[in-house]
Amino acid sequence: MLKNYFKIAIAVLRRRKFFTFISLFGISFTLTILLVLTSFLDKIVGDSYPDHKRDRSLYVSRMSEIRKDNGINSGPLSFYFFDHYARSLKTPVKIGITNGANNTNTYVNNKKITVNYKYTNADYWDIMEYDFVEGKAFTKQQIDRGDKVTVISEDIKKEYFGDVPSVVGKYFEADNIKYRVIGVVKNVPVTSYMTYSDIYLPYTVAKSDFTKDKGYSGVFFGILLANSKADVPRMQAEFQSMIQRLPMERKEFIKIACHASPYIVSYVDTGDDNRSGVTMVLTAVGIFVLLVMLLPALNLVNINITRIMERSSEIGVRKAFGASSNTLVYQFIVENIILTLLGGVIGVVLSFIAIGVINSAHLIPNLVLSINFTVLFIGLLICFFFGLLSGVYPAWRMSKLNVVTALKAQ
Amino acid sequence: MIRLQNIEKVYRTDTIETLALNSINLDVARGEFLSIMGPSGCGKSTLLNIIGLLDLPSKGAISISDQKTDHLSDKQLAQFRNKKLGFIFQSYHLINDLQVLDNVELPLLYRNTTAKERKMLATEALEKVGLANRIKHFPTQLSGGQRQRVAIARAIVGRPEIILADEPTGNLDSAMGNEIMDILISLNRNEGTTIVMVTHDENMAHKTHRLVRLFDGSQVQ
Repeated sequence: MLKNYFKIAIAVLRRRKFFTFISLFGISFTLTILLVLTSFLDKIVGDSYPDHKRDRSLYVSRMSEIRKDNGINSGPLSFYFFDHYARSLKTPVKIGITNGANNTNTYVNNKKITVNYKYTNADYWDIMEYDFVEGKAFTKQQIDRGDKVTVISEDIKKEYFGDVPSVVGKYFEADNIKYRVIGVVKNVPVTSYMTYSDIYLPYTVAKSDFTKDKGYSGVFFGILLANSKADVPRMQAEFQSMIQRLPMERKEFIKIACHASPYIVSYVDTGDDNRSGVTMVLTAVGIFVLLVMLLPALNLVNINITRIMERSSEIGVRKAFGASSNTLVYQFIVENIILTLLGGVIGVVLSFIAIGVINSAHLIPNLVLSINFTVLFIGLLICFFFGLLSGVYPAWRMSKLNVVTALKAQ
Repeated sequence: MIRLQNIEKVYRTDTIETLALNSINLDVARGEFLSIMGPSGCGKSTLLNIIGLLDLPSKGAISISDQKTDHLSDKQLAQFRNKKLGFIFQSYHLINDLQVLDNVELPLLYRNTTAKERKMLATEALEKVGLANRIKHFPTQLSGGQRQRVAIARAIVGRPEIILADEPTGNLDSAMGNEIMDILISLNRNEGTTIVMVTHDENMAHKTHRLVRLFDGSQVQ
């Protein structure tokens, strides 16, 4: 019987090619979006290079100062905040301080190169485990002396120096300052916003002296490293208690909100205690996924009704010759599952192509996406589920069709 | 074999009630070949649909092979039709997406039969109607007469006791119509199949054992 259903399913697919195209496009496109999206998320959440100590780290990405009029001043923090207040905590063994990458232009053989640069302190290099292709990170002594040294990424090495085996000891010019290259590290994807850059500089070589500003707000993020995973809750509590004791910077401020959070939470931190970033992101992703899945499902239901309506004569004949309503529901669901699984397979192929194109086009620096096979499996399972869902209603509706009416419909 | 008692069929809309069949009492004996005639819209097809349990009467009772058919569930009705009845329609109602053999196998799909048995029985049925050499064809590749012969093969493949034919020669020229009629007569004679046939054609009707005439939903002969 299944063979018969399969035969007719394929025949129906071939009969109305436009409908088939719309159905398959809907399913495969949805799956492609989901797979590419989850591949991004997987990269952001799952790929920890060079931040391999996430399980014993807490991240401080922003502070919000709430005014009496309920207005909020929110943003990254000052170097002083981390070096003075965070440094006073007992639990963290290291406090990495860095800013988000800025960019500047430099010229090599009259060719303009845009270079992302960021400043770090010495602890940053102890916390992060960059893979050094050559050389090493700058030391606390070099930072304290204000040595004009830099660690660069593999990509910028190639772009700036060309295909040369070693560049340690050579000079890299950015913003009219020559920095001596002391290390080359493997690339970090731009989605790892705390660790991505083309060149890394000691914070002491910046044109402005970050240590002078004693306010809370600035341009820096902080990474607090605990001795062990077990110490993390204590470190978090200690940080929170320190924040509560912080004096208000100005009279109009009534509250300071600042959190040392696990990586994912800090990634989506809104800086507002009343609007958790995690809740917002989960809601947004949930709504997005629901819409992405619901639209093709409704579309499929609609198309299926039209498709099955066209086959009312067949329904009449099958009923006349002994098919019960349940048997017909089963038949149409099987046909629909064949259709959705076919769409699923096309979706997987499209996803591989899309990810290949995204990777080869270098749309996002250093981001190499790959298919997550768990997601692939879940995606196919979702396809199966939607095949079932979008097939049940039309099938049930049509199976209730009166035989005589169905036969007359031809 | 078939007993209709006081059958009435009323079609209701919001504003109108139409009496399609009125007090029909009919007995069809086992092995009988009965034809139903009457002008268009007199209720012939409605009556045949009710006998075939494809439609329900508004009033009255039907029993087939001494079994009362009211109160049968959807599943029981489906099984009953599958085992006892075979249908032939004026416009064939073959599934164009399936090959001839698959079309003929269709009633057997709803029984416990293996693929091998289905193929054997369907081929046998096609041999009886002289189309064993067309099993791989699609219905659209056949003439009207050939399609109707496929429809007959489908109707007889499950060896039903009763065949209900709704104007089986209505879409065919007289030569092909006669061919189809000959097949039906031979089925009735050789296999003892009870046949109830709706027709417009007096000549065809006179080839059957008994003729029932309907006029405005009532039996007049």
